[in-house]
Amino acid sequence: MSHDGHHAVVIPAPGPEFLPHTVAHHFDTPVQEFQSMKLGFWLFLATEILLFGGLFAAYFYYHEWYPETFKIGGQQLDWKLGAINTIVLLVSSWTMAMGVRAAQTSQKQKTLVFCGLTVLGAVIFLVIKFFEYKAKTEHGLFDFTQMFGAYDLATGQVPWFTDIHNVMVDHTGAPLPHGHLFFAIYVTMSGIHGLHVLIGAGLILWIMKGTAKGRFHAGYYLPVDLVGLYWHLVDLIWIFLFPLLYLVP
Amino acid sequence: MSTNVPAVDLHAAPTGERPKNYLNCTTSFMSWAGTLDHKRIGLMYLVGVSIAFLCGGVFALLVRIHLWEPHGMLFSNSGYNQLFTLHGAFMVFLFVIPAIPASLGNMVLPLMLGAKDVALPRLNLLSFYLWVGGAAFATYSIAAGGFDTGWTFYTPYSLYTNKAVVSIGLGIFLLGFSSIFTGLNFIVTTHKLRAPGMTWFRMPLFIWALYATAILQVLATPVLGITVLLVAFERLYHIGIFDPRLGGDPVLFEHFFWFYSHPAVYIMVLPAFGIISEMVSVHSRKPLFGYKLIAFSSLAIAVISFLVWGHHMFTSGQSTYAMFAFSFLTFFVAIPTAIKQFSWVATVWKGSIALNSPMLYTLAFLIIFAIGGLTGIILGALNVDIHLHDTYFVVAHFHYVMMGSIALAFFAGLHHWWPKMFGIMYNETLAKIAAVTIFIGFNATFVPQFIMGSQGMPRRYATYVPEYAPYHQASTIGAIILGSGVALMVFYLLASLFTGKKAMVNQWGGVTLDWHTPTPPPLENFETPPVVTHEVYDYSTLDVETTRTPLR
Repeated sequence: MSHDGHHAVVIPAPGPEFLPHTVAHHFDTPVQEFQSMKLGFWLFLATEILLFGGLFAAYFYYHEWYPETFKIGGQQLDWKLGAINTIVLLVSSWTMAMGVRAAQTSQKQKTLVFCGLTVLGAVIFLVIKFFEYKAKTEHGLFDFTQMFGAYDLATGQVPWFTDIHNVMVDHTGAPLPHGHLFFAIYVTMSGIHGLHVLIGAGLILWIMKGTAKGRFHAGYYLPVDLVGLYWHLVDLIWIFLFPLLYLVP
Repeated sequence: MSTNVPAVDLHAAPTGERPKNYLNCTTSFMSWAGTLDHKRIGLMYLVGVSIAFLCGGVFALLVRIHLWEPHGMLFSNSGYNQLFTLHGAFMVFLFVIPAIPASLGNMVLPLMLGAKDVALPRLNLLSFYLWVGGAAFATYSIAAGGFDTGWTFYTPYSLYTNKAVVSIGLGIFLLGFSSIFTGLNFIVTTHKLRAPGMTWFRMPLFIWALYATAILQVLATPVLGITVLLVAFERLYHIGIFDPRLGGDPVLFEHFFWFYSHPAVYIMVLPAFGIISEMVSVHSRKPLFGYKLIAFSSLAIAVISFLVWGHHMFTSGQSTYAMFAFSFLTFFVAIPTAIKQFSWVATVWKGSIALNSPMLYTLAFLIIFAIGGLTGIILGALNVDIHLHDTYFVVAHFHYVMMGSIALAFFAGLHHWWPKMFGIMYNETLAKIAAVTIFIGFNATFVPQFIMGSQGMPRRYATYVPEYAPYHQASTIGAIILGSGVALMVFYLLASLFTGKKAMVNQWGGVTLDWHTPTPPPLENFETPPVVTHEVYDYSTLDVETTRTPLR
């Protein structure tokens, strides 16, 4: 909205393959714009942590109530796939950091390669997650086709939680209390996290588009920086989810 | 406070076209719907929250009329449940939470800081459309069968009722993020966009209040977001965490809900405190007594309010020791609140008090909030609360704070900045009549509710035993008086837009930066970037005669 135009601050492009950046009209300096956006984004990340905080609180609350259900439930998850996914996300955090660094030093190709690798990591993560969910269905633990069905008021039986092989039992063979609860929390937490992975991958693709156009360089790399922070948060949340869900103490 | 540009000079240009302001610089529909200007967004918010307030007010009047007779006059019991839920949900989520920060705050905060806009204008517009989306979901929920859970959505009932809980839940999720983004924007703006010379302790107290509010909005609202999502998931695929039939704990829902909703009470009331701080100073023409104490007490309230949520659950089943702690902290929060109340009274004392309509609302606030606050202390006492819990005493206390304090502070701010926003003045005589009518009507509505509540009348009942009839009828008469006062206010405010009587250059003689810019302000707020050289509320720099000349 530089309708008056007389105090537009422009950061010049470092080379012909880059575009200059015009500082938004209500900021006086590029530093002010950078710091404002960064502070705003950190606050947004805090809200994300608090949002997941509610889910973590629910997890610990019911872990306390039904420790045996959570223990046996955790054993039903494939910790090897979970561990592979943890490594995938950790590596993708490294590639993202390298991508941000490349953008900060005006290395267009390198930024594109590292961001591309990060998206690849996101895709691998989601594919593995998909097969994990699928395996649970094949083992007769869930039936996602019944996800939104009505439940039986008399027995308290949730329609999507089938457990046809009766794995949710204690050492005497008696059914564990509320076996579905662990899996409901697992599906909700990993599902919301998976949604964040998907959003993160979309944001990185958007960054790649801007990089290809030459928008990001040593003079202006703020969006790359912020998306990088978002991706590290997505990674960080998984680092807590993995031991809590797959390696239940 | 003054700037390098004296306020009056901005209007001294004797000839030529009146300079364009933010209202008339562009006129197309998209220049409003897609605007990034904080003043236009604030104005759109003002229209939105006012409509929500009037809807909520009509629902309240219907509730009161229904209760004229002990067996209920107008609705079935189920219809009554939906009606009071609608009243609560509209008032709390669509009006009280966004009202002051998103409308008046949006309008005034960058002006007071000497900034051209909020730090993140696009996010500001997104916040408004999230509000619109939330309002659309709420309206859709009415069409889709309504909702009858009370505004608190307590489980397990909210899981079992066959009403449109999922859609209102999603609506509240959107409204939550609307509120988060407003708060986030205000924190960043306050940190990064203050004019040169605008130190933290030269900021007007409205800014301090909005800042403390913003911290709460950012840190508490996400928990409400996940809570309503979990209720929606619970209804969709039966997670079980809030459903006792599936091994869950409904009390966990209450913890989650009040972890947000108690700080939310302060999200609602802190901006009101901020407005009152401005009003007592400007309309008594005195620097605020205890400026720093008021500023820090806002932050103290913000911190303590995170630790008192359990006082909503004294009868829900908590450990006795937790209840001691929650009760103690509830008493404790009264200290910073009382610091504010005493400072305001001390500011007015021996001031040059002008009984303008904003000041009448402010004086009404001071009386009503004293009662609203002190009855909160009564409810915070463990043993007394067992008797008063879930009675009309709670309803009356709640409304003394929500309606009597926050809505009245909103009215005060609205009347105070109306001439600034539009450059026109409403009929001040009618405004004073409305202020007095609203004060009388409000007390007539809720004093009887304190009495019948202390005698055991439960809240949220569609019918009652005939012994309570006199109190209910008095309360209904009070509500009608209150409603007519509000109707009068709507009338003269809207009428002023058509008659267009010009306001003064500086209608009330304010010295904060919002009065150091033309009225109405230009698109980028200041014609010359302001530089702050004086302390806040320094009235010695004010030239009373020149500020009181009418706008051309």
